[in-house]
Amino acid sequence: MIPVSQAAAPAASPSPPAAPASGADGRTAERSLLRRTLARPEIGALIAAVAVYLFFFAVAPSFREAGSLATVLYQASVMGIMALPVALLMIGGEFDLSAGVAVTASALTASMFSFQLSMNVWTGVAVALVVSLGIGALNGYMLVKTGLPSFLITLATFLMLQGLNLAVTKIFTGNVATDSISDMDGFDQARAVFASEIGVGGVQLKVTVLWWLGFAALATWVLLRTRLGNWTFAVGGNKDSARAVGVPVAFTKIALFMAVGFGAWFTGMHLLFSFNAVQSGEGVGNEFLYIIAAVIGGCLLTGGYGSAIGSVIGAFIFGMVSQGIVYANWNPDWFKFFLGVMLLIATLVNLWVRRTATRR
Amino acid sequence: MERSRRNRRISAAAALSAAALLLAAGCSSSSGGKKAEESPDTAAAGKADTPRMKIAMVTHAAPGDTFWDLIRKGAQAAAAKDNVELIYSNDPNAATQANLIQNAIDQKVDGIAVTLAKPDAMKDVVAKAEAAGIPVVGFNAGLDDWKDQGLLEYFGQDESVAGEALGDKLNDLGAKHYICVIHEQGHVALEARCAGVKKTFKGKTENLYVNGTDMPSVKSTITAKLKQDSGIDYVVTLGAPFALTAVQSVADAGSDAKVGTFDLNKDLVKAVKDGGVQFAVDQQPYLQGYLSVDSLWLYKTNGNVSGGGVAPVLTGPAFVDKDNVESVAAFAAKGTR
Repeated sequence: MIPVSQAAAPAASPSPPAAPASGADGRTAERSLLRRTLARPEIGALIAAVAVYLFFFAVAPSFREAGSLATVLYQASVMGIMALPVALLMIGGEFDLSAGVAVTASALTASMFSFQLSMNVWTGVAVALVVSLGIGALNGYMLVKTGLPSFLITLATFLMLQGLNLAVTKIFTGNVATDSISDMDGFDQARAVFASEIGVGGVQLKVTVLWWLGFAALATWVLLRTRLGNWTFAVGGNKDSARAVGVPVAFTKIALFMAVGFGAWFTGMHLLFSFNAVQSGEGVGNEFLYIIAAVIGGCLLTGGYGSAIGSVIGAFIFGMVSQGIVYANWNPDWFKFFLGVMLLIATLVNLWVRRTATRR
Repeated sequence: MERSRRNRRISAAAALSAAALLLAAGCSSSSGGKKAEESPDTAAAGKADTPRMKIAMVTHAAPGDTFWDLIRKGAQAAAAKDNVELIYSNDPNAATQANLIQNAIDQKVDGIAVTLAKPDAMKDVVAKAEAAGIPVVGFNAGLDDWKDQGLLEYFGQDESVAGEALGDKLNDLGAKHYICVIHEQGHVALEARCAGVKKTFKGKTENLYVNGTDMPSVKSTITAKLKQDSGIDYVVTLGAPFALTAVQSVADAGSDAKVGTFDLNKDLVKAVKDGGVQFAVDQQPYLQGYLSVDSLWLYKTNGNVSGGGVAPVLTGPAFVDKDNVESVAAFAAKGTR
């Protein structure tokens, strides 16, 4: 964990972030359509995704089947639903290291609340939503009140949540995992919403894939067509100038952290209703995967630049690599290495595309 | 300027590689190392002439663990003998492990061997595999759930039986006060082991939680505990690498406590031989990996079901101590025990 924090720490420091590369250009002359397309943040990731897809398509025969694509999409969606708000937060110039365990915290809350009080599971789901949004709001509130880097604030919440998950679960259940809630009222309904499968052309597609794409469309609309989206870019680009032109910085940041909370809630509900019980120790380390997906998708660590669709492509690349290695029957010992290579290539391609596109 | 810098870099690289060559040529070790490890006789004998089949093994192992490496080696040995293409994949995260099983179903494998460390999470996807007509066997974890989930057979150790056996062993050795070192907080099987020991052990028991992913902290935590309570006369760890660390802690603390452990690896066999560690309870991971693959092959080619589908096949507990360590040492040196 140390190398990662060292790499990311400078980015989270309050030094003024670099001006967004795209905005600096094109003021005097209209650029060609191709140039403008290439200047989109997600284009490098898109090229990488196509390359990875073709690569595994060529080397792994079982990767070509529609059922395999559904498996890859499922893996990508579970990660992608969290990567979306994390990408928005990064555009807004902040990190959330507590995102991985917040998912587990949400699932545990819903499960234990329903089970211990023998309530309809929807009550637990609602309570978990409140708790998750609360964790996000707390992160955001502490950030704007103290002015400390989000890296430190959320590192603290990450550790606290990790401890709470284990300790509270043990107090209530006596074990380290929650009891199965699969025979309780409302479980089947909730399962249909969060964890069902839909037959599409003979292939069982998990419902999370649809939610994921739906959320991505929503996030893109918010980011590009609403005031909140403009504010997000503004606070990530330069907080002080944003405040000077009347952007409600505190509100925007807290809202972004709460969006991460919402994502954690949804992913947590999916885990709970597809697996019936939750292990209290899970989710640690996933926060970096979300950040990786966002970065592959073109988000800058310094904020002010990136896209929601980019994180979708980033998560898709992650899903393809993690499952493709198995379909190709490669030695899984190499998995993390390939993931690292993918990340490096994606960031290099991003850098190159952005430089080429914005050069006049 | 640019060119001369590059030249300098090339010559520096050349010097480095020359130095490496010299090192390799002149300073080779006459004992140990890779050479000693490579011996011609491996477990693989002939090879079956049955049609080539594909078997997937999906575990909850964290990458880079000596214990899981043995399971994998056993599976590979059986695969080589049975003309099986083995697809090994692993992930400690329950959701990802379930997805890896789905991946195996997509590949239309002939059989799946799976660890049910998180049985609830595997339930749906295991049912899916069975619905697709793929035989599934369980191993290592899931003793309480394999039958409910309709698995063909199960190979593993009953953790509480193993714990109870270890408790008896401690009684025999005259231990009075021991600590059970749990290296992963919140792991059900590990808790079951310590609970088993507690059941049969007559003296005082205490659980000590350490952070298993950080060896220096494991070492200092055990040392601190031993210093704090000098009455402790036995340290029991739940994995071989932690036993070796515990031996160092005992020395650091100046305590005269003895060390015993669950699970075995190469270095631990050496430690038992030297007397640093008193004994190890082996659940024979190599056997678990081997039997899982081999049993699927047997089921496919001859319809056999070990344990008849009603009883688990126990691969442990097998005690390794000073009396029988010699016989195990030869296999451990090859990295298969």
